[in-house]
Amino acid sequence: MNNTKVTDASLVRDYLDGNENALGALINRHQHRIYSFIFSKVYDRDISEDIFQDTFIKVIRTLRRGKYNEEGKFLPWVMRIAHNLVIDHFRRNKRMPKFDNRGDFNIFSVLSDDSLNAERQLIKDQIESDVQELIKELPEDQLEVLTMRIYKDMSFKEISERTGVSINTALGRMRYALINLRKIIEKRNLILTN
Amino acid sequence: MGKIYFKKSSKEELNNQLRPKKETIEFLLSYSKALNVIEYKEMKFETLLN
Repeated sequence: MNNTKVTDASLVRDYLDGNENALGALINRHQHRIYSFIFSKVYDRDISEDIFQDTFIKVIRTLRRGKYNEEGKFLPWVMRIAHNLVIDHFRRNKRMPKFDNRGDFNIFSVLSDDSLNAERQLIKDQIESDVQELIKELPEDQLEVLTMRIYKDMSFKEISERTGVSINTALGRMRYALINLRKIIEKRNLILTN
Repeated sequence: MGKIYFKKSSKEELNNQLRPKKETIEFLLSYSKALNVIEYKEMKFETLLN
């Protein structure tokens, strides 16, 4: 059969008349275009293969059920089916994101365990106890504001009410507390990072 | 020298490889042969023959 002379419409007619070879001819004629289209969207061979297969299953079922309306647009119709199936694929994946752990991509760069491991927990405890020692060197008024804000989690409004100073003064004391704390850390050459 | 210029680029090669597997096409052709649509009144039933 010379594929270049036989039109798609004629092959569809032959197929509907029971000629299975006509379907083979249609698939062979358009497989590259349809598969490339799918691959250009999903960039995965296996998924492209699945979508290509589903596309033609839909084509076959529609043709056999007599629901195909021939308007000389076989390829655009098949492309539309493939397009819709690609959209379905992305919709499904949006609901259930899938991560492939291959190549340079590492799944653990996306999923991480927020809890600290034993070593990091030790370092964190050490830093916190160091900081608690360091703040004792701050002037009394700054130490008071910093303790209330950081350790007691009070708002500046509450701090100002408790200490009897204005909010601006409490803010200023907090600012100087942090500046002085940095100076103390620098002076002692401490590295407080985890 | 000419071979360098006439060598297909990897993109071109990839493009040519972009075809479904033979098995996929064979499956589709077998599916088509096995599919039977039965009409009953205004209803249509699909059956797959083994």
